[in-house]
Amino acid sequence: MNIKQNPSGLQANGFTLPLSLSINGKQYDLNIEPRVSLLDALREYIGLTGTKKGCNQGACGACTVLVDGERINSCMTLAVQYQGKEITTVEGLAEDGNLSALQQAFIEHDGFQCGYCTPGQLCSATAMIEEFKNGMPSAVSPDVASEEFEFSEKEIKERMSGNLCRCGAYVGIVEAIQEAFSNKETTVAHETFYL
Amino acid sequence: MDSIIGKPIDRKDGPLKVTGKAMYAAEWNIPNLAYGITIQSTITKGHINNIDTSAAEKLKGVLGVMTYKNAMQLHTLSGSDPSSGKFAEKDLLPFQSERIFYNGQHIAVVIAETFEVAEHAASLIKVTYNEEKPVFDINQPEAKIYQPQQGLGGTQVQVKRGDAEQGMSNASTKIEQTYNTPVYHHNPMEPHATSAVWNGDTLTVYDATQSVFGNKNAISTMLGIAPDKVRLISPFIGGGFGSKGFMWANSILAPMAAKFINRPVKIVLERTGQMFTCAGRRSFTIQKINLGTDNGGKLTSVKHETTSETSFVDEFVEPAGVATKMIYATPNLDITQNIVRLNKGTPCPTRAPGEAVGTYAFEVAMDELAEKLNIDPVQLRLINYAEKNPDDGHRFSSKNLKECYEKGAQSIGWSNRNIKPGSTKEGNFLVGYGMATATYPANRSKATVRLKLYQEGNAVAACCTQDIGTGTYTVMAQVMSDALGLPIDKVEFKLGDTIYPQGPNSGGSQTMATTGPAVRAAALTVKSKVIKLAVADKKSPLYNQTEDAISVDEGKLFVTSDNLKGETYSQILTRAKMPLVETEITTNVSTRETQKSESNPTTKQGGEQGGQGQQSGGQQGGSKDESKDNPFVKQDQDLDRSNVAFHSFGAQFVKVLVDPLTCMIKVDKVVSIMDVGQILNEKTAKSQIMGGAIFGIGMALMEGSVYDENTGRIVTRDLADYLVPVHADMPTFDVQFTNVKDEFISPVGARGAGEIGITGITAAIANAIYNATGKRVRDLPITPDKLIV
Repeated sequence: MNIKQNPSGLQANGFTLPLSLSINGKQYDLNIEPRVSLLDALREYIGLTGTKKGCNQGACGACTVLVDGERINSCMTLAVQYQGKEITTVEGLAEDGNLSALQQAFIEHDGFQCGYCTPGQLCSATAMIEEFKNGMPSAVSPDVASEEFEFSEKEIKERMSGNLCRCGAYVGIVEAIQEAFSNKETTVAHETFYL
Repeated sequence: MDSIIGKPIDRKDGPLKVTGKAMYAAEWNIPNLAYGITIQSTITKGHINNIDTSAAEKLKGVLGVMTYKNAMQLHTLSGSDPSSGKFAEKDLLPFQSERIFYNGQHIAVVIAETFEVAEHAASLIKVTYNEEKPVFDINQPEAKIYQPQQGLGGTQVQVKRGDAEQGMSNASTKIEQTYNTPVYHHNPMEPHATSAVWNGDTLTVYDATQSVFGNKNAISTMLGIAPDKVRLISPFIGGGFGSKGFMWANSILAPMAAKFINRPVKIVLERTGQMFTCAGRRSFTIQKINLGTDNGGKLTSVKHETTSETSFVDEFVEPAGVATKMIYATPNLDITQNIVRLNKGTPCPTRAPGEAVGTYAFEVAMDELAEKLNIDPVQLRLINYAEKNPDDGHRFSSKNLKECYEKGAQSIGWSNRNIKPGSTKEGNFLVGYGMATATYPANRSKATVRLKLYQEGNAVAACCTQDIGTGTYTVMAQVMSDALGLPIDKVEFKLGDTIYPQGPNSGGSQTMATTGPAVRAAALTVKSKVIKLAVADKKSPLYNQTEDAISVDEGKLFVTSDNLKGETYSQILTRAKMPLVETEITTNVSTRETQKSESNPTTKQGGEQGGQGQQSGGQQGGSKDESKDNPFVKQDQDLDRSNVAFHSFGAQFVKVLVDPLTCMIKVDKVVSIMDVGQILNEKTAKSQIMGGAIFGIGMALMEGSVYDENTGRIVTRDLADYLVPVHADMPTFDVQFTNVKDEFISPVGARGAGEIGITGITAAIANAIYNATGKRVRDLPITPDKLIV
């Protein structure tokens, strides 16, 4: 991949840092300024443009990526924070060229129109399913101390509300998540969530 | 043969979009690319006294700062038609003077090696101004209100029929109400973005636009270079909703900046601020509506007076009365449009410009009228049903609105509606039901399509149009597949590049209705050519058959009465030693009322205009236009449409729940029954209608931009302050189609579905809220505070 380094003039001034990021199982060595956001590092320096910039202020979720399996808004973080972590972007959701169950379900349920929010929705949903499986309650969970939650439509909608879609593909997105999830299990044990 | 038309097949571009491989305007891997950041004025009216760029220019990594002092001269673009190129602010070509017309106007571009350096440098630029007193609020005494001559595309915005005053005085029941809608911002998820690359005197632009062909024209005209020196590429666009319909400054600033530093430059608007000042918006509207009926509820007079805003640098009208003139039968009508010039950026089309806000006000007024008459709201609409277009007396091409009302009422459970508002509860919630009529014109214009059928048995068609999320890639492939008799995975439709022949802009819900018939005619032409080859070839099993005795399915041509007798496209072309068979076809039909009388296309005209299409696509050495005397073009274009009105209709039914303590509103269910002609893909069509309805939920309950009362600066300048519907706001949807083929619009029979979904829905929600609470809020959005007081 064509990795763009900061121009030599900036390096000479000592403004850049050597940085190694592990993304989708691959190592990327960069030499960039510490003020580069993780989102811009992905899009502008590494060329992984699947992750989108929608608002650059953590309000739309288009930039959602996974760090060690957890979802974050990559626009709100600096790339230098993530050395030694495993980053997954939308480009890393498919395995060996096979779409993930969620990616396939997004296509089947028309969970997108223009497609710009889609990478964020996919990454967010991928981690959200894990959060749920790990017993993390949401604002609409009826009983946060419960041993089990139902993976209801209401829970999905609440947990996905940080990902905006202006085309209005929300119905297809929720259906896709339900389908991808139901291929596993419908309720999960309250295992690892601690306040 | 099981036709693929209407089948809910998955989007062809789906795999690219779910893997992050779809390329949007800011994402092309361009060597040596520099970053441009634009700076905006912080005053609302006046002149720039000075821009001090010295500190920014000294910063390492800065490549240049472009302002009015050093920017290249631009040429004026006079056109107002987005399909051939429309700059959003015709009297404000960027960086040509020091004048400031609104807060947030672009005044400089800082270009640097990296985005970070560009942002830093932008913060070092010092601007001083000579400020003048702006007019940014309609209530200021300086605000001048006038009546515009016409709307976009020559739309009549001042319409009189009969004698509205007399009709009103004859009425036994009357309603007079004023409704207000705020400024709305489109907020597509992809901010406007442009990357520009010069190679000598030729320019390549990667742009986020709903008018690929129009922007190429606009850019070449403004730069003063020949159109064939500009190529514009836009295969994917991250939503537009009208904001990318006209061309905004970023599309011309990137080529200017790239010339300025002699390197490729990309400019992406920031969501914060820039997307709220330099990318258009929907004007506010103040709508005064008078309705008068006889004792039976029949309308005797309708008056609809709208006031909207525009800027000092262009005139864009939000014609809220546009649907009122044709939605119901009334002998007397007075549609008035006022407009006020303000020191704000120029508004532009937003999903169903006019109809979206107009059907809100008008359909709420109808609900108020129904209550006053003590007539069921559905019944009132049936009483005033227009069998013919009340505007011109023409028949509708196809109108099945009664079926929509019927199915909608049944699906929502309309019989559960209590006519006494505020009287029904479901658990702790107040329940309300509301309905409204949806309508939008069925637009169609001109398109040229090039189609190639290859010896390998696959076909590729190309047209310079767009897929803005509407499904063009997919539904055009379905039209190809159907007409050629090829499997869907053997056909491909290409778009979004000016090397292809000219197609329509994506505005006015016309892409499918316009491009579809051209794709069909091109496909049938190629099929016919291959059949002619076969029947003339002694070695073919189809030898000596007549052309109309032959069918095609799954790529195999066979005698209809004996399907064992046949061979494939591949076999015919291989034997003929032809690598491909191709054609280029133009279909030119206008269904717009304002244009029908001007261009009544004949086959001859179609042929001539097709010639232009060939020229426009000439960069690739395109094939010869074959529209002249083409039977498939003739069949379409020779149809007499002079006395036919083209409109789509629908019925919106909504159920809401309102918490009586907090007045929080939840849209519980939306039923949209749409009459939009032949459905080409049930899945993408439903998505379009739901998307429109969700925009309507935003309008009804949460959206609205706020401007500072002292400065005219926008306050709600990001997605934290400008609320849009999220997952948690979603109701249950039930979208259905009448799916009646429209024989008049085209042989494909499909009308557009991109905008009708937003019409009527806001009124249906507002009417449902009234039914739930007994409170009639006439200022959108209907937020809980307005219900509590």
